[in-house]
Amino acid sequence: MSQTETRAEDLLIHRRSGPRIVNAIIAVIAIIVVAVAVQVFIGTGRIRWDIVWTYMWSPALFNGVGTTLMLTGVSLAGSIVLGTILAAMLISNNAVLKLIASSYIWFFRGTPLLVQIVFWFNLGLFLPTIELPWTSINTNLLITPTTAALLGLLLNVSAFMCEVIRGGLISVDKGQTEAALSIGMTPVQALLQIVLPQAVRVILPTAGNLAIDLLKTTSLVYVIGTREIMGSTQSIAAQTFYVIEMLVVASLWYLILVTVATLLQAQLEKRLARSQGAGPVQIGKVI
Amino acid sequence: MHNPSPADRSFPDGIVRIRNLRKSFNEHEVLKGIDLNVRKGEAAFIIGASGSGKSTLLRCVNSLETYQAGELWVEDYLVGAERSGNRWVEARASTTARRRSQIGMVFQRFNLFPNMTALENVISGLVMVQKMPKAQARERGMDLLAKVGLAERAGSYPSQLSGGQQQRVAIARAIAANPAVILFDEPTSALDPELVGEVLSVMRELIKEGMTMLIVTHEISFAEEVGDSVYFIDKGVVAEHGSPQQVIRQPSHPRTIEFLARIR
Ligand SMILES: Nc1ncnc2c1ncn2[C@@H]1O[C@H](COP(=O)(O)OP(=O)(O)O)[C@@H](O)[C@H]1O
Ligand SMILES: [Mg+2]
Repeated sequence: MSQTETRAEDLLIHRRSGPRIVNAIIAVIAIIVVAVAVQVFIGTGRIRWDIVWTYMWSPALFNGVGTTLMLTGVSLAGSIVLGTILAAMLISNNAVLKLIASSYIWFFRGTPLLVQIVFWFNLGLFLPTIELPWTSINTNLLITPTTAALLGLLLNVSAFMCEVIRGGLISVDKGQTEAALSIGMTPVQALLQIVLPQAVRVILPTAGNLAIDLLKTTSLVYVIGTREIMGSTQSIAAQTFYVIEMLVVASLWYLILVTVATLLQAQLEKRLARSQGAGPVQIGKVI
Repeated sequence: MHNPSPADRSFPDGIVRIRNLRKSFNEHEVLKGIDLNVRKGEAAFIIGASGSGKSTLLRCVNSLETYQAGELWVEDYLVGAERSGNRWVEARASTTARRRSQIGMVFQRFNLFPNMTALENVISGLVMVQKMPKAQARERGMDLLAKVGLAERAGSYPSQLSGGQQQRVAIARAIAANPAVILFDEPTSALDPELVGEVLSVMRELIKEGMTMLIVTHEISFAEEVGDSVYFIDKGVVAEHGSPQQVIRQPSHPRTIEFLARIR
């Protein structure tokens, strides 16, 4: 509250200096701690920054970044489709579909992603050929480090995406579905054309966080030899023994990608918020 | 679902014919044998205390709820069923959807689509379900908005409209596909008192035009003024029905008398 001229002299509120002094002391201590840490790791540590810089921008790393982005993009897109299907199954009235979807989520959320990735990579061990009615496929030809990585990430993140989408769908008032049905839509049409576009504003922020997590989680697939950012740096480290330098290269690239993704997410959310500003939600213009 | 005998189709001529309708939620029986008949062009009113099953009855008519026993006919079909040879089998989702487009429904809370303008709401069924060409649908949509007095608000989103305006848009949406009957579930109950009149006058217009309507409401004097028939529902059964003159002016059932005294 600011003092006004009408206020009596004895009612002036004086600032206390105590809290400001404490704040300043805390800040100084924090700066000292950070400075010491930086000195230990960068100053006296023996990281070859020239090596870091050289490999940062090497073709091998560019390929790795491309693979990371591809793994993230494809499994994200796939998880949106599979997650929507699973979410629709979960909120349906069909007990069998519900059970299948919830078992899927139970399994893929309940086991470590690393285990799932290694499992898919070794699928050929117990399933040498995949027999389909019209053809049979040699599993070892199908399962490469890249396809196994994609399979593992996509199936796993779908379980989480399903929960995010389901949360969005059930946040939309039931009256919307009833109104959609009453004008003659089928339940599927009502879900896709009326409920889903409205659920997006609830889904988007959480799905964005999931996508950013996924970007970093792709590093796990280096264990099966996929040459994404982590895989590329690890194979360089194995040949050159620049172990720490390569971890720094990987970290810097993840930081760059995550920063860009975070900015994109903020931008997207701002646009969504702006379109809701006047009230109307103008996502997915339908007519 | 049981097979009605051919005699069942000799119901009094009507758009909606309901006989001995029973509906339970789990163990809880909500409709305990409802008889109700709405002729073409009739404005039939349903009154009754909260929780007596009025909404459930309306929702059964356009399959938003299923029923367990009795008969519920709309025009020439048994709701929830379709012909297979000479038997009735459970209706497919597509059949139910097609039938619903021939029944308008107006909800207590409007349920307009918030991401569409007033015009887009009105023509949503025409465009997304009937696949009417957009230009033609827009033309019809503008006519409908003019009819409910909102032509100049065509581009407004629901959040920019008052409750009364939203409900008028919802009515325009409900009549867009020329339904055989319109169901109103307490269309003015969510409105501020000063906005009730504008919605009632739109409904009055529709009644004058000969629209077949089944209306749940607590606006007793409106029912008395424009209704052709009034059904008083009490604890899941029709306790009394007849002309507004009979049911509202000279109620004979003690429950009706008590109810009317309470809400007036
Ligand atoms: N989906 C439902 N599940 C369980 N009970 C319900 C459901 N819908 C309505 N009911 C019950 O059915 C009774 C009648 O409800 P309703 O038809 O909404 O009454 P009204 O519209 O006359 O107020 C109430 O006791 C209500 O609790
Ligand atoms: Mg009700």
